[in-house]
Amino acid sequence: MLELRKDIFADERDDNLKEVGQPTQRQDILGHVTGTSAFYDDHRFSNLLHLKILRSPHAHARIRSIDDAAAVRAPGVKRVIRAADVPVNLNTLLSLIQFGKDDEPSLATDVVRYRGEPILGIVATSERAAREALALVRVSYDPLPAVFDVEEALKPGAPSVNPTYPKNTFEYHGKYDHQKLRFGDVEAAFTQADVVLEDRYQMSPIEHAPTETNGSIAVPDTNGRFVVYTSTQGLFFSLDTAAKINAMPSNQLHFIGGTVGGGFGGKVDTLTEPLAILAARLTGAPVRYRLSRHEEMQFGSPRGAERIYVKDGVMKDGRIIARKVRAYFDSGAYTRLSSYAVVKCVAHIPGPYTIPNVYADVFCVFTNRTPATAMRGFGVTALDFALECQMDKLAVAIGMDPLEFRMLNAYRDGDMKAHRREAKNCALIECAQVAAEKANWPLRDEFRRMSSRTGGAKAHADAGAVRTVAPTPTAAAARTAAPQRVPYDRSSATAPAHTAQPPTPPRSPPPPPAPPPAGSTHGAPRFSSVFGTRRR
Amino acid sequence: MKTPIQIRLNGEDVAAFADGGANLLDVLRESIGDLSVKGGCWQGTCGTCTVLIDGAPRLSCVTLAESCAGKSIETVAGLRRGPDLHPLQNAFMERFAAQCGYCTPGMLMAAKALLDRNPNPTRENVVEAIAGNICRCTGYEPIIEAVLDAARGDSRRRA
Repeated sequence: MLELRKDIFADERDDNLKEVGQPTQRQDILGHVTGTSAFYDDHRFSNLLHLKILRSPHAHARIRSIDDAAAVRAPGVKRVIRAADVPVNLNTLLSLIQFGKDDEPSLATDVVRYRGEPILGIVATSERAAREALALVRVSYDPLPAVFDVEEALKPGAPSVNPTYPKNTFEYHGKYDHQKLRFGDVEAAFTQADVVLEDRYQMSPIEHAPTETNGSIAVPDTNGRFVVYTSTQGLFFSLDTAAKINAMPSNQLHFIGGTVGGGFGGKVDTLTEPLAILAARLTGAPVRYRLSRHEEMQFGSPRGAERIYVKDGVMKDGRIIARKVRAYFDSGAYTRLSSYAVVKCVAHIPGPYTIPNVYADVFCVFTNRTPATAMRGFGVTALDFALECQMDKLAVAIGMDPLEFRMLNAYRDGDMKAHRREAKNCALIECAQVAAEKANWPLRDEFRRMSSRTGGAKAHADAGAVRTVAPTPTAAAARTAAPQRVPYDRSSATAPAHTAQPPTPPRSPPPPPAPPPAGSTHGAPRFSSVFGTRRR
Repeated sequence: MKTPIQIRLNGEDVAAFADGGANLLDVLRESIGDLSVKGGCWQGTCGTCTVLIDGAPRLSCVTLAESCAGKSIETVAGLRRGPDLHPLQNAFMERFAAQCGYCTPGMLMAAKALLDRNPNPTRENVVEAIAGNICRCTGYEPIIEAVLDAARGDSRRRA
């Protein structure tokens, strides 16, 4: 049963909800259950040709020579596509919004930088003929030293992965090798904290594994245009990217999609359309470029790996007074969307908590691995994993209930975020209260009465109050009587999860948050990590 | 070298010329034109291409087409009878058991194979029956509920 808390979200939505909370059938589900939904590969064309790609077996190597003479003469082969055939053979996806430099070729020219990187294409009358011709191509490589670890890649003397970014870091605004967040003074706060906890978190790359692999069919039309049936998640994004790589006006391309066999972020990279269109141009025939499952895993981007170090300073009364984050995003060999993931990550630090001293350095790092891309909440998901594991460990370290610990530190209306924006319409406390109720997780009275609307930074300033909850003997007794609560973090199982001893009162008030910048009023310059400084 | 093969597809006799070594998935889609069958991995791991061969669920991507000569093949294209949907199809619609829809044809055929041999399956039977079919959208729960609904005759919707 869906309940909209108008006391919290009064200004957020129209009351007249016709769909939310009502069961609604998908408009395309009849097609799905009858097998008649037309995915890109369910369109049929006579004389369809098939494009298959020769891929690098090396993580990093110089291409000394390519001999495709036998492949050109192989049965069924209509055309070999070489790097020199690609009109604009260097691109980066976010160049469409002027973010980042072109760094990824459609077909490798002199160097391959990850296993699976495309080198050469063969267009043939069947997939099988194309595959058999690929086996006839002889490539001579000089293997180069490779780097597979984000921190190794930043050490002096590490192999340089991507010549567009020779230091192995994405370059923000033409000069910065990482994204920074600075608020208050974390080092001073660490010296005042009752407990300082530092830990390292890591997430591997994650493959979206949609049941339908990436693919497209490009069909020459009779009016000089190309009709492209595609699995893309971003139809116009892919159209513009394909137009750029093929150096053709976008009005020569008609993209048809929308029925996508699972995407989850893995179908925004425009992996197949540009070369399918090029192959159709070069042969005058419809061409299908469909990734095999192996190619989907090796060439199709995953969610990028991340390594995150978090150091927190916390008081025994439960206030987090400092959070320092150092994170490395593994972009793989090329940028694709990791540069943007880093921006999202920094925007999310320190999580939904009011912490007066915050410090973060986040790097987008190039390695000789498959380039990474979008996936559900990318940039935020692994960070949240790290931060929430850390929250559980901190709660255990000071003997506080993990949910109450979060509520105590949650954003409240009027709080100043580390990004120097005022927190508004906060509801984490209320969400926690509802969740606790539904899960029969006992909360102390003070926490049941707590509200996001009161006690925020502005209220502190007005009343000179410090946000703490004084533990009462009855509350402490109730907590020991409460059912066993299991922290999510297994390593903390040996630590006392709860203590009958009430937390000690705060020894000193938290350092005051940095004052908001004077120019945050309407019309003042605003800083966007993607677009730089601009006026609203 | 092409080999003529004849099969009974959804109750109709059909014939096709199959390339040597061609799999049933390609012959159904490319030669016969039954596009209701989808390919997901082409290596026998995801279950997307599941069809029924003489009533048993089989992975058409790793089934040699020539080995199906004279056999009865069922695909989701033959599931509905005229305007009437199969109870499984109704249940999948009502239970939101499909999102992207790509695994759905194979999932439906795996479920049909179960209900054909066991009209009153337990939840464990359903889980076992679809264990070879990967769905990346739904989290499986709506699919399990839909199959149980269909078995109980709870779905009466007609398209």
